[in-house]
Amino acid sequence: MIKFTIDGMEVEAEEGQNVLQVALDNGFDIPHLCYHEALEPYGACRLCQVEITRGNKTRLTTSCNYPVLEGISVQTGTEKVIKARKMVIELLLARSPNVPIIKELAEEYSVGAPRFTLGDDDCILCGMCERVCREIVGVEAISFLGRGSNRKVGPPLEINPQTCIACGACVYICPTDCIKVEENENERTIVRWGRTLPMKRCKVCGRSFAPWFQLDYFGKITEGIPKGFWDKCPDCR
Amino acid sequence: MKSINSPQELQKIREEIVGRRNPEKPCIAITSGTSARAYGSEKVIETLRAELEKQGLTEKIDIRVTGGQGFDEREPLVIIYPQDILYQRVKPEDIAEIISETLLRNKIIDRLLYTDPKTGEKIVHKNNIPFYKMQTPLIFGNNSNIDPTSIEDYLAIGGYSSLAKVLTEFTPEQVIDIIKKSGLRGRGGGGFPTGIKWESCRAAHGDKHYVICNADEGDPGAYMDRGLLEGNPHSILEGMMIGAYAIGSDEGYVYVRHEYPLASENVELSIEQLRECGLLGEGILGTGLNFDIKVSGGGGAFVCGESTALMASLEGKAGEPRAKHIHTVESGLWDKPTDLNNVETWANVPLIINKGADWYRDIGTEKSKGTKIFSLVGKVNNTGLVEVPMGMTINDIVYEIGGGVPNGRELKAVQTGGPSGGAIPASLMDIPVDYDKLKEVGSMMGSGGMIVMDDKTCMVDIARYFMNFLKDESCGKCTTCREGTRRMYEVLDAITQGEGKEGDIELLEELSWIVAEGSLCALGQTAPNPVLSTIRYFRDEYEAHIKGKHCPAGVCKALITYSIDEEACTGCGACKKACPVEAIMGEKKELHKIDPDKCIRCGACIAVCNFDAVKVV
Repeated sequence: MIKFTIDGMEVEAEEGQNVLQVALDNGFDIPHLCYHEALEPYGACRLCQVEITRGNKTRLTTSCNYPVLEGISVQTGTEKVIKARKMVIELLLARSPNVPIIKELAEEYSVGAPRFTLGDDDCILCGMCERVCREIVGVEAISFLGRGSNRKVGPPLEINPQTCIACGACVYICPTDCIKVEENENERTIVRWGRTLPMKRCKVCGRSFAPWFQLDYFGKITEGIPKGFWDKCPDCR
Repeated sequence: MKSINSPQELQKIREEIVGRRNPEKPCIAITSGTSARAYGSEKVIETLRAELEKQGLTEKIDIRVTGGQGFDEREPLVIIYPQDILYQRVKPEDIAEIISETLLRNKIIDRLLYTDPKTGEKIVHKNNIPFYKMQTPLIFGNNSNIDPTSIEDYLAIGGYSSLAKVLTEFTPEQVIDIIKKSGLRGRGGGGFPTGIKWESCRAAHGDKHYVICNADEGDPGAYMDRGLLEGNPHSILEGMMIGAYAIGSDEGYVYVRHEYPLASENVELSIEQLRECGLLGEGILGTGLNFDIKVSGGGGAFVCGESTALMASLEGKAGEPRAKHIHTVESGLWDKPTDLNNVETWANVPLIINKGADWYRDIGTEKSKGTKIFSLVGKVNNTGLVEVPMGMTINDIVYEIGGGVPNGRELKAVQTGGPSGGAIPASLMDIPVDYDKLKEVGSMMGSGGMIVMDDKTCMVDIARYFMNFLKDESCGKCTTCREGTRRMYEVLDAITQGEGKEGDIELLEELSWIVAEGSLCALGQTAPNPVLSTIRYFRDEYEAHIKGKHCPAGVCKALITYSIDEEACTGCGACKKACPVEAIMGEKKELHKIDPDKCIRCGACIAVCNFDAVKVV
């Protein structure tokens, strides 16, 4: 076990954990938009910054990708931390002024109208969609494109991504809700990536339940599943 | 080249090569690095070869094609040995004369000599030219003595003797001690002590250790590493081999940017030569050292010069930095302990081994040892690569070596450290150049870019230029860097457009804070430096733009107007002809006038006026 302190309180963690997760588990409130416990920490949104003292050095750093280390001292609410958080919120709000979760953060931290020209992009480039697609789903249908102020997330060449199984993991995980899904009896569309796939009907109840392509993919990557399993909807299995 | 299996064989081959050569035999050396090639050096070499052939002199006169020798302003350089005569800006049509006059009749061609602009004196020998006189070319100097594509040339000047010395006389720990004692610090920008880095990497647990040469040089206006890679690739590879022995690595990479085709070519060729003679591979020089080097090309992203982004790129991933809470010496390339050093750092290693740490420590200042190569560019008479001992003042570099500012203009500032550095004002030109002093004045050593600016340079515009570069070259991962640099650029752009507002300076300072404090890698952490240093030293210029809607240097187009001085104008009509938008009116021999509404402030009229009659206000 690794012991260290958060705002003076002694906490214990296992090697390999990150400071943010331990803080959240212990009830500390640290805002974050690009962290999810199922994904590798990435450190893009910069909201989870805290001050960490290691040896005789104290620095502002993101807590999501900071490994727990014996004896460090973490401060989650210093003047510097709050100042940094407010600036990050202002920058995010200027980029994505219509996103509810960012508006809420702005209100919570008393960040007024941004001092910059407002953008209208709901994507904050947290990269959770890219990570869930690569790390969990394993199809890498989307990735970051370009760099600097031209950075965005999208499929290769920004055309219908051929490996996308329209599973909707990206839709589910997106913190700003900027990836939408549309579905009817016959097809499912992940709007942001321009991917539309035909739906399969359950052999038992006849209800359309998932894209053919997705079920084929599941069939390929899973072993020891009874024959016909993917032909039935979850309710009829 | 036959295989070399022991230090004794290496020495024997060296003696054979040197023995075959006659130092008295006439030799024409021609520079043909990237700068020289831009001036047409390849055509000059072709002409020279053909001319020697025609005159039946091929056997009597040697040709040596070298990399750049620093004085890029005057390329291509031709140096004639053994007399050591330097001709500059040589063209193919000069070749026949050089052969018939200088080589055959021993007569100097005045026209091709360098003329000292201060004294008007024609200078014959390279080392008497002021540009070279005050330099200490320990690292870069060998570019003159070798053809970079010839391993024999490198062996002839003692190449790989440091490697042999290390393998036969020292344990890896002793090598690390020598490097530590020498005081060598990283030449890529950070200035971290190289010996300590090697020590930590050696100590790191892992079945595999890597060494990397960072040749992803990307600062605008800086090309020291290119000069070394093109002109003396073996010195860098020898440094890496010594490092590999010290660290316990069997695999190395040279990560060179794609925009340096000649550098890549020369390094790859050198590696092939080494493999061929067994100096790379298993059991190097008959010892237990196994080591090989591969070359990997960058894809054009500035951020890949950052160590963790470089490693990601080497692994085939997008070039994005990662957090360094665990240092790369412990977990770097493919999560293995990795030592990454810059080109120039590696090139220093054989020299330190050869001459000893004590000798090396005597050069430089208390905490910055050795020499540093700078790329001296911008508003300076002698542009090129210069190598000076640490601690030389900027004044000496700009005035003595660089020959001062062109056209008698005044020096305003010198930007060191590229986009991560800062602008140092003219009043601080007497500071000694070393890692700590530059940091103290708000700039940094960086990799060695030195951009000279005159009084016609607008410092707000300079800050805007660098911020534009950085907002495009940020990888875009951190909100603070991506959004912050972009917003800083917007504020700076507005100021130069005459749309600056009260409070903009403070806003820039606030943004600078979050970009520097809140970003993951050194690109973001140092990105605000050009803005902060220009605010620190040239705040009045910012205020003139914001409050007075005036650009004191006459650069920002939205804030200046062109007019013609009634007294000075002779009505010659030159400006009227040059104006691309027909904004100038006036009859021959009468006063001309500029229509401010039509004028696009391009400066074409200023360039052609012989009477200094066009004024910018």
